[in-house]
Amino acid sequence: MAGSKQIQTLSVEASTKHLAEVRDFVAAHAENIGLSQKDISEIRLAVDEAYTNIIKHAYKNSPKEKVNIEIGSDSDQLWISLVDKGKSFDPSTYSEPDLMKRIKEKKRGGMGVYLIRKLMDQVQYNRRGQTNEIRMVKNI
Amino acid sequence: MKNFSIATRQKDHVTILDISGELDAHTASQLENVLKSLIDEESYSIIVNCSGLDYIASAGLGVFMAYIEDVRSLGGDIKLTNMNDRVYNVFDLLGFPTLYDILEDEREALTSFEN
Repeated sequence: MAGSKQIQTLSVEASTKHLAEVRDFVAAHAENIGLSQKDISEIRLAVDEAYTNIIKHAYKNSPKEKVNIEIGSDSDQLWISLVDKGKSFDPSTYSEPDLMKRIKEKKRGGMGVYLIRKLMDQVQYNRRGQTNEIRMVKNI
Repeated sequence: MKNFSIATRQKDHVTILDISGELDAHTASQLENVLKSLIDEESYSIIVNCSGLDYIASAGLGVFMAYIEDVRSLGGDIKLTNMNDRVYNVFDLLGFPTLYDILEDEREALTSFEN
């Protein structure tokens, strides 16, 4: 199906119990369009980190809330968008994690955003009204 | 369903954890509970054998970050062995190899505990 645009969506509750399902959802799409195992692994991890951040930070572990996930691809790119209505994330306040410092201070978070940026080619955060979107793109 | 499991073995004074499956924000608490109880039982020499580990997210790495200082200050260590390339790559992206003992296999880790 090279050249044609394919889009799939999934709406899930914001709970870590759905993590495996969310990873499998994006991996299935990536596999269908013939991406390499390396790319598929990177996409699985990027969506895991983005969805985990929404659960923990946007919705503060409130599992009744919903996250809408869209994955799409054309011949050049694969994109994944996660939309929530929780607390927004300000990427300008974010800095690269210093592992040694975090270990000393017993802080364990903050690595997800860094990983997403390493794994994907573009990452955008959009806020529209009460809605937050993280949009991640991988060139293929 | 939780696709993650931990089995515990003992070799002399070293505790070996065989972890398998997928370690993410959902399953990380299982590993955390085991590490906590080892520290409570004063078992500070720990090898985590990752041969069955298919996947790790940063929440899983966070567990190792949370306990390494305590264990080292008590004269022990957490050594990681038998990682597949995909799992190692995640540790590597976050700079773990400079701060953690990540070894090829269990025997190497047992030897380094003897020294």
